[in-house]
Amino acid sequence: MSCFRLENVSYRYDKATVLQGVDLRLEPGEILGLFGHNGAGKTTTIKLILGLMQPVGGSLSVLDGSAGDSQVTRHIGYLPENVMFYPQLTGREILAHFARLKGADLRQVPELLTQVGLDDAMDGRVKTYSKGMRQRLGLAQALLGKPKLLMLDEPTVGLDPVATADLYRLLRTLCDSGTGIVLCSHVLPGVEPYIDRAAILTDGALKATGNLEALRRQANMPVTLMLESTGTLDSLENAIRQCNGVTRPVMKNINNRLQVDVRPADKMPLLTALMASGEVADVGIHQPTLEDIYVHFIGYGGLAHRGGVQ
Amino acid sequence: MNSVWTIARKELSDSLRNRWLLAIAMVFAVLAVGIAWFGAAASGQVGYASTPATIASLASLGIFLIPLIALLLAYDAIVGEDEGGTLLLLMTYPLSRGQLLFGKFLGHGLTLAFATILGFGVAGIAIAVLVEDVGITSLALAMLRFIGSTILLGWGFIALAYVVSVRASEKPVAAGLALAIWFFFVLVFDLLLLGSLVASEGKLNPELLPWLLMLNPTDIYRLLNILAFGEGRQLSGVLSLGNDLPIGQSGLWLGLVLWCVAPLTLAWALFRKRRI
Repeated sequence: MSCFRLENVSYRYDKATVLQGVDLRLEPGEILGLFGHNGAGKTTTIKLILGLMQPVGGSLSVLDGSAGDSQVTRHIGYLPENVMFYPQLTGREILAHFARLKGADLRQVPELLTQVGLDDAMDGRVKTYSKGMRQRLGLAQALLGKPKLLMLDEPTVGLDPVATADLYRLLRTLCDSGTGIVLCSHVLPGVEPYIDRAAILTDGALKATGNLEALRRQANMPVTLMLESTGTLDSLENAIRQCNGVTRPVMKNINNRLQVDVRPADKMPLLTALMASGEVADVGIHQPTLEDIYVHFIGYGGLAHRGGVQ
Repeated sequence: MNSVWTIARKELSDSLRNRWLLAIAMVFAVLAVGIAWFGAAASGQVGYASTPATIASLASLGIFLIPLIALLLAYDAIVGEDEGGTLLLLMTYPLSRGQLLFGKFLGHGLTLAFATILGFGVAGIAIAVLVEDVGITSLALAMLRFIGSTILLGWGFIALAYVVSVRASEKPVAAGLALAIWFFFVLVFDLLLLGSLVASEGKLNPELLPWLLMLNPTDIYRLLNILAFGEGRQLSGVLSLGNDLPIGQSGLWLGLVLWCVAPLTLAWALFRKRRI
């Protein structure tokens, strides 16, 4: 059973294409990061999976059923980007209300509130909550009824670093017990260690998808080596130029260390040759981060996309 | 059905919590008692005049107040949830749009019904106990009819408020439109009707004219409470058309029920089209 499967899905609104030919799937026990600029189609993708809208083309199945079916939505947890909830009610009352709607056990209510760290505040009115506390309440809401598919839109907004770490630990536990999780976030360095796969959307099309390794291969971005010389930097530079079969890399002297940007395919041949030359005292290797890969796929004109509607 | 009741229950407990229910009941009780005691003040005396006169005065006041209260209670039902972000969330739950709307209607409807029964009920009991030689049976019957029709009128306007609420994108817009609805049915409609009667100089089909009153729930409500006493002569203005309405009591009741069902159905149809 897949958590969801999108095949060649497209969506149009007022003749404007919002999504175009998206293929995406999520298996149980997997954490997928869904990234893209504002208006790239992340929210639309999530709304399609939630069954709030029907795709114009392509096919979509969620938890082996059709999106929006009440037997399916019962097993989905969703944290929207910005929920105010009902300011006059207490956290406990709100969670109980949603638990009843979901058909979840009411005994989960205090348990979940404790789990997200609201045990002291659960009987306070939500209008007195800080943004972070509302976010925690939203999380507790998403976890009602042990969902098989969990979709979180910017889950760490307003959370302090400790709470953020707690959240990711919690997600890992859920994931290990077979929940499929989708994470939408703009805080890329924050989510990088926790996701199994990433999907990058631009202008309604899926630009790239795969685990970090596959994305790195696909992006073919240079790896940065920081080299410390045993002798002088000049002799190190010479040694690099003399390497056979390696495209001449870009080199820069930074604080008496040599920064070398090398193509991924050239990395090992170059390192092997340098080790043999005895010119290198120390090596630091910097793989492109998720953020680098993201920028590579999205393009640098990020701000030009800001007009998009979420 | 369970989720419908969950939604209704929240609305009901909300209106208990923010004291809406109690406030509406108090307003109704004070008004009813006030009218019962001072209704005859125009004729130079203080005290209970008669049951028909009291009910007629209450109904005349009711058409201003009840639609206003119902609209205020319900205008933000859907658009308010949307602004708080909870509409999006609710729609990801195993809950259809119809269930949400009907649950809201049940909650708001029960709030108004309880307030009406409590407020006018207390007033009715006070009249029965305090006024000497009042016909208890006729008073009870008139009060029951009045309370029943008041509840139906209120429900109709709750449903009309939903029509606005499912269409509007912002709460202030919904509030403005709700006020416009009140203005139209309570103030403008009768004027329009009167104006077109005069302007047509009797060329309109006289058989058709009384039916035009059925286009306004507040007119049906007044007819229902006044005609029941067989005192058609009390009808003034356009309402005198009601004497020629060939449908009787049950027809008027049916009209009020239709005025609940039709707007609610329309609201549901529009809600299904709303983009979330």
